[in-house]
Amino acid sequence: MLLKLELQSNPEALCLVRATVERAAEVLHFHDAETRAIVRSVDEALANVLRHAYRGRPGLPIEMSCSRVEPGGEKAAQGGIEILLTDKGVPVKQAELKGRPLDDIRPGGLGLHFIHESMDEVEFTRKKGKNLLRMVKYLSPSSQAAASEGEQKCR
Amino acid sequence: MQIAARPATGGTILDITGDIDLAHSPAMRKALLQEIKEKKTAKVFLNLEKVRYIDSSGIASLVEGLKASRDQGSRLILYGLSKTVREVMELSRLQKIFEIHDSEAQALAS
Repeated sequence: MLLKLELQSNPEALCLVRATVERAAEVLHFHDAETRAIVRSVDEALANVLRHAYRGRPGLPIEMSCSRVEPGGEKAAQGGIEILLTDKGVPVKQAELKGRPLDDIRPGGLGLHFIHESMDEVEFTRKKGKNLLRMVKYLSPSSQAAASEGEQKCR
Repeated sequence: MQIAARPATGGTILDITGDIDLAHSPAMRKALLQEIKEKKTAKVFLNLEKVRYIDSSGIASLVEGLKASRDQGSRLILYGLSKTVREVMELSRLQKIFEIHDSEAQALAS
């Protein structure tokens, strides 16, 4: 595991999480656009926990972990990153997991769309009274090429 | 996030600095709607040059501002979008819905 964070459901924590995840993605040699996609997904997922699972109540627990996906197989030929988010809020409604149609121009409902567009795998489950969100992003061959050029990402 | 207002030709420029996320989008929404609905400003220019990040709640606030400006018969004009902000606009497929310019000069001349 690369890192594990124990957070509270406070919106002010989001900027710290974004900075941390950005650095983790850089260390794993994701290129800039991929790093932004990962950061965006984590931020939107946490925002959904704050707004929907915890209904805006502050100080409630959220766990986040980031792990390296080792290279192997067709999808993960270059490896990647796996992010797990766990909360103890109300169950996620299956009907709400697809977001809304984008041609319906109105505020709200975009966060899930961003997550699905940005990550390679997105899986919601509920176990033992907890919501669990698993998101995976695989390194592209171009990211790996940049890494093998000798870029020192973690000093 | 910080918001500062300054007068401009035919309207007001709102300079936004920082991240527009769940913690800060309510403040931007309030400033935007105040300018459009209460002050009835004919042109509201949103300067996003110093915005490093915007999330879906920020986009929702912009959409709300856009709808309010259309209701008022006024204009909401965005400029100075960073790569990150442009990406989110494209993901939302909203880049053609908003009036977007590269620079302040272009926005003011529009």
